[in-house]
Amino acid sequence: MNFVMPSFAPAIPEMVLLALISFILIADTFWAKRFKFATYYATQISLIFVGFLIITSFTTTQIITFDGSFVRDGFADVLKLFTLAVSFGVFFFAREYLVQHKFFSGEFFVLGLFGVLGMFVMISAHNMITMYLGLEIMSLAIYAMVAMRKDSAQGLEAALKYFVLGALATGMLLYGLSMVYGATGSITFPEIANVIASGEVNSMVLSFGVVFVVIGLAFKLGAVPFHMWVPDVYHGSPTAVTMFLATAPKIAAFAMLYRLLAEAMPGLLNDWQSLIIMLSVLSLIVGAVVAIVQDNLKRMLAYSGIGHMGFLLLGVIAATPDGYASSMFYVVIYAITGVAGFGIIAALSRTGKEFDLISDFKGLNARNPWLAFMILMIMFSMAGVPPFVGFWAKLLVIEEVVQAGFLWLAVLAVIAAVISAFYYLKVIKAMYFDKPEDTSRLEPVNGSLTIGISSIAILLLVLGLLPSGMIDIFFNSLNAM
Amino acid sequence: MIALSDYLIFGAILFIISMAGIFLNRKNVIVLLMAIELLLLAVNTNLVAFSHFHNDVTGQIFVFFILTVAAAEAAIGLAIIVLVFRKRKSINVDDLGTLKG
Repeated sequence: MNFVMPSFAPAIPEMVLLALISFILIADTFWAKRFKFATYYATQISLIFVGFLIITSFTTTQIITFDGSFVRDGFADVLKLFTLAVSFGVFFFAREYLVQHKFFSGEFFVLGLFGVLGMFVMISAHNMITMYLGLEIMSLAIYAMVAMRKDSAQGLEAALKYFVLGALATGMLLYGLSMVYGATGSITFPEIANVIASGEVNSMVLSFGVVFVVIGLAFKLGAVPFHMWVPDVYHGSPTAVTMFLATAPKIAAFAMLYRLLAEAMPGLLNDWQSLIIMLSVLSLIVGAVVAIVQDNLKRMLAYSGIGHMGFLLLGVIAATPDGYASSMFYVVIYAITGVAGFGIIAALSRTGKEFDLISDFKGLNARNPWLAFMILMIMFSMAGVPPFVGFWAKLLVIEEVVQAGFLWLAVLAVIAAVISAFYYLKVIKAMYFDKPEDTSRLEPVNGSLTIGISSIAILLLVLGLLPSGMIDIFFNSLNAM
Repeated sequence: MIALSDYLIFGAILFIISMAGIFLNRKNVIVLLMAIELLLLAVNTNLVAFSHFHNDVTGQIFVFFILTVAAAEAAIGLAIIVLVFRKRKSINVDDLGTLKG
């Protein structure tokens, strides 16, 4: 038995991130008393630095290391960069919210960074063990983040629900993976694909495995009928945490879906495609219809997120490189818009007032016209109105699903998009046409928050007007392989 | 000689017991934690059985990882339950319904 030293170079961003987190974790105990925001700034600088490392070593060719357990390719690099960008936005909006609600502490940022590390490992996973470890690094950090507000009964209830259902989802996924291992005798994704392609497998055990894997993935994505935790957890968690768990982990969950279904089990398309169609149809319908009756904006965004997962799965149903690329684009746009959507609540929230009811937004136009206009742009992008980028995201997945021959699904998706436009318009109606109860001027507690929301809203508009550059990044990252 | 299918049926029974524990249990949150542990044990049984019958040690290594992570997960779960108990003086599943709707 001879030991060959693996190549560490592809995993340098992860290793640097881990070193920085460990440093911040220890340094925070010294900084906490003297410099209040030092941990926050160190966190943001770490994210930028790791992003810089990825950009300088950006690769579209596939590099596999650590004996086939870790992969670096264009797909991984693009998703990691956007995970960093989304997390940067989340921490930016979270800081003032944590101060206002009196639970600012360095642990929030350290746990958030551990979550990002877990997402990185998930995105780059190339066998089941790496996938599982990445998923758990991410989930354990987020369970703790949800429970951070110890005086809020709602927050703790959300934490317990998220924990139990998250652990259940992981268990289901593992049960499925154990079946796949049993049927194929391998845990590395390309080897599983090869064994399945050779046809020498016990198809009954394998089909069982695929069903459980898809259920586990659906739990993590929050697709109907495995969505029951989503509204409760999004509503109960502190907004800063909701913002994090509603956005960046979805990118990682999509990466997990791609690695497991598209890389490891393309030969079982017939088995999982019908399951994904069912999840997608139900998510589209429930996301569009149930959100209408919500009067809490966080809950409404939770159901809207369920609907978005329905759209995301359309590209996976197409099961072509272009289809996966359109889903990848969709999940990133969803995450960016999600940061903006929850960022609005975090920015307007202040001590003693959560600002998460739609009625809180009544007459916002009279109280702060600029901010109302920015929120209008963000809502239009979520609804998929041109010229905002949300329109292109929806257009691409629908185009792919039509090309794959599922015209009825495309029609259903368009109907769901029209119904869901109604509840986004409900927020806009409250802002522009309802009388405010209190006519005093309303500003976010910190001027930089207005700049943050405005820059995301304008980014959504600019990307919508000039989408080709960004779309090309996604399509090239998958087609180059 | 015990066949592979016997182990799989045993794993499936553990899996069903844990599912029943999660969905039928209306009393104590600790029981939920136990059911989750049982679910992971079902997975471990499967993996060890497959690993033995494939003559391949990878499955057993996977089990080591699952066992260690399950311990960390139980620690976080118990910590959350302690916080909930301090706040509400109860850990009954039925009392956890304020967010429904």
